[in-house]
Amino acid sequence: MIPTPHRTAALAVAAACALTVAPAAQDDGDGGYTPVTNERLRNPEPGNWLMYRRTYDGWGYSPLDQITTANVGRLKPVWTFSTGVREGHEAPPVVNDGRMFVTTPQNQVFAFDAATGDLLWRYARELPPALQQLHPTNRGVALYGDKVYIGTVDTHVVALDAATGDVVWEQAVEDPAVGYYITMAPLVADGKVMVGTSGGELGIRGFVAALDAETGQEVWKTHTIPSPDEPGGDTWPGETWRNGGASVWATATYDPELNQTYWGTGNPGPWMGDARPGDNLYTNSVLALDASTGAIAGYHQYHWNGSWDWDEIDPPLLIDIERDGRAIPALVHPGRNGYLWILERGPSGIGFIDAEPYVYQNAFTAIDPRTGRPSYDPEHTPGTGKPASFCPSLTGGKNWPPAAFNPGTRLLYIPAIENVCTSMEGRPVEYTPGRMFTGARSTYEIRDGADHLGELQAWNLDSGELVWRREFASPNWGPVLTTAGGLVFMGGTNDRHFRAFDAASGDELWSIRTNSGVIGIPSSFAVDGRQYIAVQSGWGVDAQRMQGGLDRFRGERTHVPQGGVIWVFAIEE
Amino acid sequence: MERRELLKAAAGVGLVLRGRQAAAGQAVGDSAPGPRAGDRFVFALGARRGEPIVPSDLAPGGALLLAWPMDPASGAVRDGSRLNQVALVRLDPATLDAATAARAADGIVAYSGVCSHTGCDVSEWIDSTRTLLCPCHDSEFDPARGAEVVLGPAPRRLAALPLAIVDGALEAAGGFIGRVGADPP
Repeated sequence: MIPTPHRTAALAVAAACALTVAPAAQDDGDGGYTPVTNERLRNPEPGNWLMYRRTYDGWGYSPLDQITTANVGRLKPVWTFSTGVREGHEAPPVVNDGRMFVTTPQNQVFAFDAATGDLLWRYARELPPALQQLHPTNRGVALYGDKVYIGTVDTHVVALDAATGDVVWEQAVEDPAVGYYITMAPLVADGKVMVGTSGGELGIRGFVAALDAETGQEVWKTHTIPSPDEPGGDTWPGETWRNGGASVWATATYDPELNQTYWGTGNPGPWMGDARPGDNLYTNSVLALDASTGAIAGYHQYHWNGSWDWDEIDPPLLIDIERDGRAIPALVHPGRNGYLWILERGPSGIGFIDAEPYVYQNAFTAIDPRTGRPSYDPEHTPGTGKPASFCPSLTGGKNWPPAAFNPGTRLLYIPAIENVCTSMEGRPVEYTPGRMFTGARSTYEIRDGADHLGELQAWNLDSGELVWRREFASPNWGPVLTTAGGLVFMGGTNDRHFRAFDAASGDELWSIRTNSGVIGIPSSFAVDGRQYIAVQSGWGVDAQRMQGGLDRFRGERTHVPQGGVIWVFAIEE
Repeated sequence: MERRELLKAAAGVGLVLRGRQAAAGQAVGDSAPGPRAGDRFVFALGARRGEPIVPSDLAPGGALLLAWPMDPASGAVRDGSRLNQVALVRLDPATLDAATAARAADGIVAYSGVCSHTGCDVSEWIDSTRTLLCPCHDSEFDPARGAEVVLGPAPRRLAALPLAIVDGALEAAGGFIGRVGADPP
């Protein structure tokens, strides 16, 4: 419960919230909610979307097949809902047996009747008035038992009663005043609630923490930067490990058989590699953490001693592929560094299989075929007092928006940004708690002759070939959904469109112009035998920032309206 | 129904870390009193953190300084909230518009050091455009024209702080003029 001295003020605020909610609210009481079990998280019913990417393998795939390439042209809005806030609406609508849970910037959680849009309850966090928000967004809830979990920008994890929205517990994970904040959806695995934090630009030392799902008490905490006496600690000079970044801000994938969670880590800080000579483990890596203990079971560092702000936080997808007649339990990661990484997971760690660029990349000169370690071109590696231009831009060949895998087409769908580069120069920076600790200034550039900036790519992972590609004038910030109906759904462009594509051919089959730019994760679910597609439209955060940078380069001004709306679609009956 | 709504929203108030914020980093949870007439300034950053700022610390046409106001009587630094942070810069007095000139002291102007977009530090000076920059989302403000928005997503100008030079010391001539910090979401 909240500390008593704050109760009066809090109640006054709560009263204002209640007034806005009450007229539309329905209360189903505590009954009727289907508890979320480990078994259901491992094998969700086809009609449910119980976590960030629906399944632990991170596919973003729905087995529902009522909406097809043949009828998607008749997809219509069923209900919409204004969230009342601006900035980046990135969270997927998460659905458990007809109840939908959606988060927004500023840490609201809405619970709906998923079919009708009736509001069941609303949680609205009162955030500190002076909180700085480098990334005003939230990427969704986790479900477990009878609770709904959210990480907050003031660095708490909050457990809500799924039936009522009442706070069951809240736990401070770190201190926002020194730069830690949470934007990711928690991962529930092995009965624990796991989160990492953002703050790589503010001199944090990254970590993953696992909390007891019932009480919020910390079960384990594993830093993504080793201390000097731990393995890998010698990859950081002096005291640089204390503020070296390696943030964790996207939900991990999980292999229940190996009991390993796979976390992507952010870039090192400050941004210039010459400020911290060494490999800087485990920045820009995938870390396999034992779900029970947090012990590091393996890792692969995509690129060492980074100087490009290429966070590799997007976790790898777990896909069984075939290469040269061999079945490989793969980890697949379309990297921010512009390479498509194929790794192999196993009980003894992570092995390297292959890496190929999927966008224009000029910073790496070679990839060691045995280890996957890249070599760098100094001309395209910025340093302190040393300007350099590099491609892809600091935003990457792909940023956080997740790729998707469809087992029917066996294609991986990558939302890519092409033809955008960055010019960057480092400068000395002193660490001050809670302040920017990047030590660099940069501008966006567009490659000469570029006729498009966004792409949706479809890759066959067995053959390693690009099968089709769609191009967009706008950069693409669209998370991808794919379905058994042979479809791919994605927004991501600055023209406010949300689109459906033929998963096999890439042909655009449907689109709708929404209120804002769609940078939310689409999901699909079914209620009473009817399939729905759901997504949030609400432009902001890094998509907006990149647009501003591109406008600056081109001398243009692009206005993408803000303000979030939840959209739910179905085939017209 | 109503009581339930009250409780859930009430429990959402996150003040657990309040006690240690001021010591550990930038205070985010408090609304300590801001600058007022007669306050002087101390360095908020760098090797001279906490030391008084005098007019000659501000080079003409350059380098932004982030500062905290200080009560001259008690010596108390008003750093209880990030919202009290002040950005100081010295400009050519001939370049100031009338409203800005009226608040300036020997070309020195002062604004809130917290961006009106999402509340980050306004921490950089761009010499080529003579603008103040918030590096979080690249909002730029023109300090010669009341810190109006030149580029970027910031919705409005920074709050201004009137200045005076009294007996050679740089002082606030009042409190902030305009809204400090980010807009409500």
